[in-house]
Amino acid sequence: MSRLRSLLTDRLVLGLLVLAALVLGMPALKPLFAAAFPALDRPLYEADGFLALTLDHLALAGGASLIAVLLGGAAGIAVTRPFGREFRGILDAVAAMGQTFPPVAVLAVSVPVLGFGPAPALIALTLYGLLPIVENTVAGLESVPEPVREAARGMGMGPGALLWRVELPLAAPVILAGVRTAAVVNLGTAAIASTVGAKTLGLPIIVGLNGSNPAYVIQGAVIVAALAVVLDAGFDRLAARLTRWRPGTD
Amino acid sequence: MIAFEGVTKRFGAWTAVDSLSLTVAAGEFRVLIGPSGSGKSTVLRMMNRLIAPDAGTIRVEGEDIARLKPETLRRRMGYVIQNIGLFPHWTVERNIAAVPDLLGWPKARVRDRVTELLALLNLDPERYRGAYPHELSGGQQQRVGVARALAAEPQILLMDEPFSALDPITRGALQAEMAGIHKATGTTVVFVTHDMDEALALASRIAVLDRGRLVQSGTPLDILTDPADDRVRDLVGREDWGLKRLAVETVAERLRPGETAPGEPLAAGASLRQALAAMVARGTDRLPVADGQGRPVGTLHLADLLRGPDRS
Ligand SMILES: Nc1ncnc2c1ncn2[C@@H]1O[C@H](COP(=O)(O)OP(=O)(O)OP(=O)(O)O)[C@@H](O)[C@H]1O
Ligand SMILES: [Mg+2]
Repeated sequence: MSRLRSLLTDRLVLGLLVLAALVLGMPALKPLFAAAFPALDRPLYEADGFLALTLDHLALAGGASLIAVLLGGAAGIAVTRPFGREFRGILDAVAAMGQTFPPVAVLAVSVPVLGFGPAPALIALTLYGLLPIVENTVAGLESVPEPVREAARGMGMGPGALLWRVELPLAAPVILAGVRTAAVVNLGTAAIASTVGAKTLGLPIIVGLNGSNPAYVIQGAVIVAALAVVLDAGFDRLAARLTRWRPGTD
Repeated sequence: MIAFEGVTKRFGAWTAVDSLSLTVAAGEFRVLIGPSGSGKSTVLRMMNRLIAPDAGTIRVEGEDIARLKPETLRRRMGYVIQNIGLFPHWTVERNIAAVPDLLGWPKARVRDRVTELLALLNLDPERYRGAYPHELSGGQQQRVGVARALAAEPQILLMDEPFSALDPITRGALQAEMAGIHKATGTTVVFVTHDMDEALALASRIAVLDRGRLVQSGTPLDILTDPADDRVRDLVGREDWGLKRLAVETVAERLRPGETAPGEPLAAGASLRQALAAMVARGTDRLPVADGQGRPVGTLHLADLLRGPDRS
């Protein structure tokens, strides 16, 4: 009984349940939308299935975040190694510059270059996601205390063991915070990416805005909101797991 | 065991170690002492190649360490760094097991070794093996640091001010444990400190450094009775020099065998300093002395205690 209760009060579980209900059960809410917006001929967005839109949305935001993690992580690791130290300045400058562009602007700029479709969206999202990840990877690796590094080297860890066993686990909470920022931004920006021709949950929102159909807007927006809640709770869970060794987290 | 031959290390314009020649014999407890910035840590870090010398040769068991793979060399040496440097994301058990894990010891053997070391350093194994470093007191962290360095039974133990920043009682206890471990394992120890009392208590030989140069090298008694210059004299302290000298000799060395005296007997292994304290406390100039088993072995006279050390 108490297990069921703790499951139901868990933000992650609850978020997932609400998300699944919204994605799969949106057609069942049609009468509700019809009653709320009696002036509308079509109170339910039916051009695409919400499940397909959600999966495409996740593929775009998740794919871009994953690529950004791999590239950004690698770049962050490289500039904190002896061989890459000289590129640190360039990377910092690029990161600072990139951070001043809002994601919508990145998207708008990438269309003339890359055309319409999911490809420019993926690239724009990846580029924007790179910045917080690179910055946090560098900050996280640099936060590893020098005595810890010296102890690791002094006991005979090679550069690989030092990185994988000591530096990355210690930097992980900071890196994760960067990934979280990137993922949250990407989740939102992926909706806007519908304007450049990517099929995402932004599509009902944009169609609804263009056609003065607030029901469409709400249908797209609540699923994005539910996704954001699940993502946030998931990152909380992961962060707690990665910082178990820290003072005051247990 | 370890030999420095004309070793020099510069940081920019600053010469941290200046053509240093120094040997550490196998099984020796060698203490490096000197004021802050005198190059003690730099000397230690050159022994395990964390720092490369600009000139000179360092040999370990006759081999030039510049020819050895740093990782291999380091896994043969335990290293306790000045700032402890425990891995905060690992439990006490995993911290201690770090080098055995790198060496690929079987799990069961690692576990047994961790238990053994925690017990040796007076940390209850069941209570502390799963703890994270931040859950330990400073003294407990330093114990774990020592245990970690001892874990893979190294031939050489490098210790950089391992007991600094501890209260005198904990410090004394850890010194006694360290002396016991050295006696039991026969490991060669190179121990850095800037505390002369600690050096005198632990060392079989002391090397005094100043501005990267070797000022004097010798046994604690040599350093006390025959300081090379004023810098060494300052280090041993001018006011309590006498007490320090008494602290490095045992009662057994000044004993009159066969005689008896009234009162609670003193252990033959006690220092002359402890003997003097006992005489003052009891208001007597003669103390009975007993061996480890409590059998009377003779007496100690104040006059013998005051006489200079036997240098035969
Ligand atoms: N990595 C470094 N870069 C530049 N200078 C250094 C470096 N390491 C040590 N030094 C300098 O070399 C000198 C000797 O330093 P070292 O750490 O060996 O002193 P120490 O005797 O261990 O001092 P302490 O008792 O304070 O620990 C100091 O003047 C220090 O500033
Ligand atoms: Mg030092």
